[in-house]
Amino acid sequence: MFHLILFLFFGVICVAGAVNLLVQSHPINSALSLIAVMASLAVEYLLLGAEFVAAVQVIVYAGAIMVLFVITIMLLNAGKEERSKGSRVAILIGVPGVLIGGVLVAWTLLYRSNMQATVPIGALPGDPADIARLLFHNFLLPFEVTSVLILIAIMGAVVLASRPEAVARAARKDEG
Amino acid sequence: MVPLSYYLVLSGILFVCGVLGFLIKRNIITIFMSIELMLNGVNLSFVAFAAHWQALSGQVFVFFVMVVAAAEAAVGLAIIIAVYRTRETLNVDRVNLLKL
Repeated sequence: MFHLILFLFFGVICVAGAVNLLVQSHPINSALSLIAVMASLAVEYLLLGAEFVAAVQVIVYAGAIMVLFVITIMLLNAGKEERSKGSRVAILIGVPGVLIGGVLVAWTLLYRSNMQATVPIGALPGDPADIARLLFHNFLLPFEVTSVLILIAIMGAVVLASRPEAVARAARKDEG
Repeated sequence: MVPLSYYLVLSGILFVCGVLGFLIKRNIITIFMSIELMLNGVNLSFVAFAAHWQALSGQVFVFFVMVVAAAEAAVGLAIIIAVYRTRETLNVDRVNLLKL
């Protein structure tokens, strides 16, 4: 019962944050509500017994990634978004379609599946040692490939975000 | 005790909110945040199924999704900065030419 109350409380915060992200017109408000969504999702992970994932969620998602977003918003001095013809068409067609799809999925999950099994808390020990054993034995190759991916992402971000004249100057320096 | 389907429905709601934001938002940064919201919704169902099937690999997959999301955020925001430098707008309706 207590678990259900916790789940509902943080689930409502999640959904409210997600809806607020859609409603707000200023990107910084959307970013802050996204942080609320991610923080309450971390609590949902804890309820599922995934401590490691919850910690990583707070550190990587709510911490690192959202800091990147907020810095970009402030760097570009993003203001209120303007409505346009395309967005009105998207609202008219997209909102009903997506809502129908969402209701169908929810209905199927709730009433047409055998997913009524309850999830006991702490039944699956998701502690870092077990995950590390899995990560460095069964998933060693994907893990190493991931590091290459991150390296490429770092280089791509540096090249894309650097000013073109700075790149040209560096190239000239290399030649000369 | 919370039924698994509740977690899946919550994950579905988050995903739908992300799709809606992707469709109706016109600010490129907010669109990008909607994509992150979709990834988060999928992560929740990964963790819920991991708890349901008693398989830790689901949580490892969440870890990989987070890594990909971090890489995607870094590159995507760099692209957004590059777009803003050349077009001086964040509205996706005004970014309709590949080459200026």
